[in-house]
Amino acid sequence: MSASLLLDLASSASLLVGSLFVLSGGIGLLRFPDFYTRIHAAGLTDSAGAGLILLGLLLQTPGWETAVRLVLIVLFMLLTGPTSTHVLAQAAGRDGVRVWRAGEPRR
Amino acid sequence: MSMFVLMNLTLFGILAATAVTISRLRALYEATMLTALFSLVSASLFVLMDAVDVAFTEAAVGVGISTVLFLGVLALTRSREDVTPRIRQWPARVVVLLAGGMLVYASQDLPRFEGATTPVQVHPVTDVYLRESQDDIGVPNTVTSVLASYRAHDTLGELVVIFTAGVAVLLLLASSPGPGRREEGEGPAELVLADYRVLRVISKLLLPFILLFAFYVLFHGEYGPGGGFQAGVIFAAGFVLYGLVFGVDGARRVLPRPLAWAMIPLGILLYVVLGLAGMLLGGEFLDFQGLRPGDPQAGQHLGILLVETSVGITVAGVMVAVFFSFASRRAAR
Repeated sequence: MSASLLLDLASSASLLVGSLFVLSGGIGLLRFPDFYTRIHAAGLTDSAGAGLILLGLLLQTPGWETAVRLVLIVLFMLLTGPTSTHVLAQAAGRDGVRVWRAGEPRR
Repeated sequence: MSMFVLMNLTLFGILAATAVTISRLRALYEATMLTALFSLVSASLFVLMDAVDVAFTEAAVGVGISTVLFLGVLALTRSREDVTPRIRQWPARVVVLLAGGMLVYASQDLPRFEGATTPVQVHPVTDVYLRESQDDIGVPNTVTSVLASYRAHDTLGELVVIFTAGVAVLLLLASSPGPGRREEGEGPAELVLADYRVLRVISKLLLPFILLFAFYVLFHGEYGPGGGFQAGVIFAAGFVLYGLVFGVDGARRVLPRPLAWAMIPLGILLYVVLGLAGMLLGGEFLDFQGLRPGDPQAGQHLGILLVETSVGITVAGVMVAVFFSFASRRAAR
């Protein structure tokens, strides 16, 4: 088994799992019952989904110039995604949005 | 059906769905977010068409700054659109149908998509720009050499448009104090985002890199996508981020209002002076070949760099000044 084949396999797996995370984030955004669970789904798209897709692309890059840019994008996403989710949750908490409990209707 | 056509169709479908949803929404915050989505999808379409510079501008202006400005406006007004009486909707419908019909009718004259014999492909000037620009100017990104050298007059015109729009908005916002501006003072419910520690730390961490990236985009425009317009918007975005998190007063301490206002004409003046310098050195208006006597290519490089810089200064000044005007009205409401 050659190294390039291994790289291709790892990259495809990463891209596939990343896409699944993005898809599940989208479904969660539509299906989850309240604000906090929905931003959890949206945050999953930002961090796990985009992160894994960028990792998959990183394994495919031909030169280091592209790789540096991709690493910078990953770092930027890792910093901004969780921050925005955190701020949204904090702001909702300040506004008095209550956490959904099992059995309550969807909000 | 090729992958390319499939991607184009999907993106155009999303674009159309977004536009229809925006027109049906009454909640203006949601509509604003969807306009950002609209711009993002347009930017993706531009990337598919290999128009990376345009996509970059669309992403920076459409998704970034204009969304923030829309939100600034919404903070000053109500966030729900009034219901227009049915009878008053008819003139608008007629105008929209007529304009749309005219556009569809005119689109029949457009060359076929992806065609090999479109005017863009066969016109002699395409060959001039793509081949001779490498000898004349020697800039790898032809878009930049067209924008800043061959078509420098057009770019000056665009800059004047931005200047005029910015000055008009500033005159409207800054001259007369808004209703209830002085009486109430600062509201007690004023929420300062700097209270969120994570947001404060992260935005301070990112800010130098945003400004650095703006300079990279400015000076790298000759080699890759980018240039003065995008750089100005990104530079302004850094200050807008600072203003959003630490309040307008904090941002004013970093970039005082007179300085932001002075940047607006400064860029245009630099541009015009550059054009006149070309005339004084024996060329025509905005002719950069004489800027470095004996080395026309170096002159072109210098001219392009100065054009991009002046565009960046004016754009950044307009964006920052307009945002500060909106935000300070909100803070004083």
